[in-house]
Order: sequence, then C-alpha cells, then structure tokens
Amino acid sequence: MAQHPADLMESINKPRITRKTKTEKTAWIVLAVVAVLIVHTLISNPNFEWATVGRYFFGFPVLKGLLLTIILTIVSMALGTLIGLVLAVLKIMNITPITILVDLYLTFFRGTPILVQLIFWFNIAALFPDLFLGIPFTDIGWGINVNAIMTPLVAAVIGLSLNEGAYTAENIRGGFLSVGKGQLEAADSLGFSEWTKITRIIIPQSLPTIIPATGNRLIGMFKETTLVSVLGVADLLQSVQLIYSRNYETIPLLIVACLWYLIITLALSYPQKKIEDRYSKHKNSGGKVTATTEGVKLG
Amino acid sequence: MISDTAVESDTAVETQRGLVEIYSTTKSFHGNTVLKDVSVCVKPGSVTALIGPSGSGKSTLLRCINGLEPIDSGVLKVNGEHVGVVERSDGFYSLNRKKRALQRVSVGLVFQHFNLFDNFTALENVAIAPMQVLKRSKSEAYETARSYLDRVGMLERADHYPSQLSGGQQQRVAIARCLAMKPDVLLFDEPTSALDPELVGEVLDVIRKVSASGKTMVLSTHEIGFARQIADQVVFLDEGRVCEAGPVEQVLDNPREARTQKFLERVFG
Repeated sequence: MAQHPADLMESINKPRITRKTKTEKTAWIVLAVVAVLIVHTLISNPNFEWATVGRYFFGFPVLKGLLLTIILTIVSMALGTLIGLVLAVLKIMNITPITILVDLYLTFFRGTPILVQLIFWFNIAALFPDLFLGIPFTDIGWGINVNAIMTPLVAAVIGLSLNEGAYTAENIRGGFLSVGKGQLEAADSLGFSEWTKITRIIIPQSLPTIIPATGNRLIGMFKETTLVSVLGVADLLQSVQLIYSRNYETIPLLIVACLWYLIITLALSYPQKKIEDRYSKHKNSGGKVTATTEGVKLG
Repeated sequence: MISDTAVESDTAVETQRGLVEIYSTTKSFHGNTVLKDVSVCVKPGSVTALIGPSGSGKSTLLRCINGLEPIDSGVLKVNGEHVGVVERSDGFYSLNRKKRALQRVSVGLVFQHFNLFDNFTALENVAIAPMQVLKRSKSEAYETARSYLDRVGMLERADHYPSQLSGGQQQRVAIARCLAMKPDVLLFDEPTSALDPELVGEVLDVIRKVSASGKTMVLSTHEIGFARQIADQVVFLDEGRVCEAGPVEQVLDNPREARTQKFLERVFG
C-alpha cells in the first residue's frame, strides 16, 4: 500500500459498516412479534392435539395414502410430459390441420377446471358405455366395457395426465421458441431433415428452459393430486378424511396431511433450486448448453 | 423418354457443377422489395464478391441462392437446377422439404454470426451434418471432421464448445462445417463483419486458402481490399439492384456508375 500521512492512514484502514434502515429494523420487530404469537398459539391451544398428530403421523393408512399420492404424481407427470412433448413437436411442425387439432386439445384442457375434468373422466361411461377398438366396418377388433375399466384410480391418472400434457406442451413449446433463429437456419442450410433438426438441435437446446419449468410443474402436480380425493381414490388427503370421518379428529388429521405435503414439497424444492441455479448460470455465461447437454452425445 | 431426360440432366449437372445463374430475380418482404430485377452469373470455380451498402440486398441474395428464402419472381438456378422449385408449363411448384434439403447440401452458407450449434463441440459441429444428412458412419465423419478442422487451424480446439471459442475461431469452425459437406458452391455472408478487428485476419486467411482450392464462391463483404485479392468478379448492389458488375479491375478501379464511385470513396475514405 502506498504511504500517506499517519492520520490519513488511520482513515484508510477503517472498516465499512452497513447500517440497517429504519424500515428493516421495524420489520424485524414485526417478525419477532408474529413468531412469538404463532409459537404461543401452537403450544397453548389444546385443539391442535399434537399427541393425536403424533399418533397418526406414521400410521399405516396415512403412509399408504402418501405412497399412492407419490405414485400418482410420478405416473401422471411422466405420462403428462410425454403427451406434452408430442403435442409440442406436432405444433412446431407448422402443418395447419395438425396445429388446429393441437390447439383444440390445449383449449379444452386448459380452459376447463381440472376438478371438472376428473369427474368427467370418471363418468365417461355414461357417454361411451362400450369402447370398440378395431378396423372400421369390420368385426375385427377389441371391445371394452368402459364402466368396468374406469375405476377411480384409472380416471385419476387419465385426468391428471391429459391435463398436465396440455400445460407441459405450452411449457415445452416455449422452450422450443427460445432456440435462436440462427441455429435453425444453420440446420436448414446444411440440409437437416425436420426430425434431425428437432431431435439434435431444438430439443437439446431448449432443455435449459424446459427442465426448471418441469420441476416446478412436478411440485405443483404433487399438490394437485389432492383433487382425486373427490373420486374416492385413497390418496393422502382421502386417507386422513376417512379417518376423521370416523373419529372426528378433523384438525389433527388435516395437520398430519399438511405436514406430509410440506415435507415432500420442501424435499423437492431443494433439487429444484439447484437445477434452476445450474441452468441459469450457464445461460448467463453465454455457454448455456455446455453443461446441460453433457449427456447428449453425437452418435 | 423419361430415362432420356434423366440421362440428359445428369450430364448437364456434371458440366454445370458450381454454376449459379440468377435472372431478373425479385424478392420482397411484407411489401418491402429487397431484390429488384437482379441478374448475376457465377461461373464454376470462380469467386464473386458482392459489395454495397448495408441493406442493399447482399444477404438476401445469398439466402435465396441457399434456398433459405424463396424468390418471388425470376429464375434462380444452381448446378443448372431451379432452387426450391420445379418448373411446369403453368408455373413453378415448390419442392417438398426433402428435396429442398437435398439441394441445400450442394450449397454451403457461412453466416455473419457463425451460427455454430451451441450444444455441440467444434468437432461435433463439423461431423454432425455428414453423419445425419449424408449418412456417413461415425468414425468416417469424425475423421473427415478432424481433417477439415486441421485445414482451418482449429484441430487443437476440437473439443471446445462454441461458447469457449473466440469469434474468429467460431467462424473458422463454421467454414470447416460447410466444407465437410463438400458443397459445389460456397456462400459467405459478411463472414468478418461480426468480428473484433484483430480477429478478421485469421478468417480471411482461411477464406483465401479455400478460394485457392478452386471452389465456386460467392462472398458478400465490406472488406474491399480482400475482395480485390480473391475475386474474379465484383457485383455492386445498391437498393436491391445490380448497379454495376464486372471484373475486379473494372468495378473497383474504374467504376462507371456514379453510385459505385461514391460508395468506394466512402469505404476507402
């Protein structure tokens, strides 16, 4: 360090102190008061019945419901993502009648409430009592009694997947549109087929946009599955409802459900945050794809 | 009769390989005419430089030759074949995607902004089109890709992603990517305009080397000095029209048109 007069040296070496603003100080006080109030009511209000919460938290019906909720989330998400990918690819092919069909699908599934859709699928047998898959105008084929196969669980998976597919399609299409025009022109000028262009350039390059958004949809889907309880599917919510309808311990059992939903959501949020950080970092450094496509190799 | 024409067109293609013919071609975007009655002929194995102010239609002309943009009227042929269309008695019908893609293989385009595929390394960028489009085996495509990277002096950076390369290096890889497809015609769309001044030289050196190999080339550029060195023919475009065209000495040294003179004065300032 350069040499300066002694009194100046003293000033130069003084630390920088950040002062809290008045607003921030006040906000801390408000936070402390709120925290005290919450803790106080959690402890002093006997209606929470923490002992009952503890008793049911690891209860067999609750864990079984939780497992079903998780399975339902994974299956619906997987099918929904597949449907969404197919719809998005169909839409970017830019063939008008196909686009119209895809748009009809998107409009119906995004324009009606998911709860109504679930009830609708459960009652689909009233519209199509017998489904016959086969060659038209011949007897060759396979008949299905819709009433028999449309169990609450089947209706739940169909309803959630088809609905998820519509939202994922828009999400994936957004990712496709984020791919630079120059990349597509380069592919065209080299004589790539549409299929090569989509699978080698568009999909790999849109993953940084699609993956974080899909993670968010997964967390959303986990909570959305509670809707299937109206069909009588024994998911986590339905399981606790069955218990409290018998013993009237409504609040403690709803708390059990809430705690489980919260635990899983938080558990999913951590990797989600990591994924978002990773993809946004590479996007900002200009090398958005170097890390994201490590697994996408030629050949 | 059908086989007769097939044989005839086969021999025609052989003698016309690398020939680019443009007659009275017009192109407009949303009512804005970008090319007006443009006629240019590029002989096989020759180098044509397109010069002219920004917005004069140089890029559009190159994109039309590559078939990225369909023309509105006129005749545009590469290798003696209409680009993107087939002629019938009642008019031109556009080719299907597959045939258009096939035609583009014979015309390589080097972009101003390189447009290397971000998700592939330099080597993969050069190898992917021969593999996917020409259906070469992976080992063959990679071997060829290495030799082309070597030719543009980029073999050492074969495993780098475009984001890890300088603009000049990216453009050299982009040239290798085009060469790997063995096109009959190579187009350059202002290949050095997006580069920092100190990187222009390395790209021009590579283009000079390619031009010496006898490939048909059409190049739009603001580097008049470079055009003078490598071009056989110079075409001066202004507001979408061919204002002046001819041998280098004529257009650059003794321009007849007042607008060409003015443009050259401004460039050499």
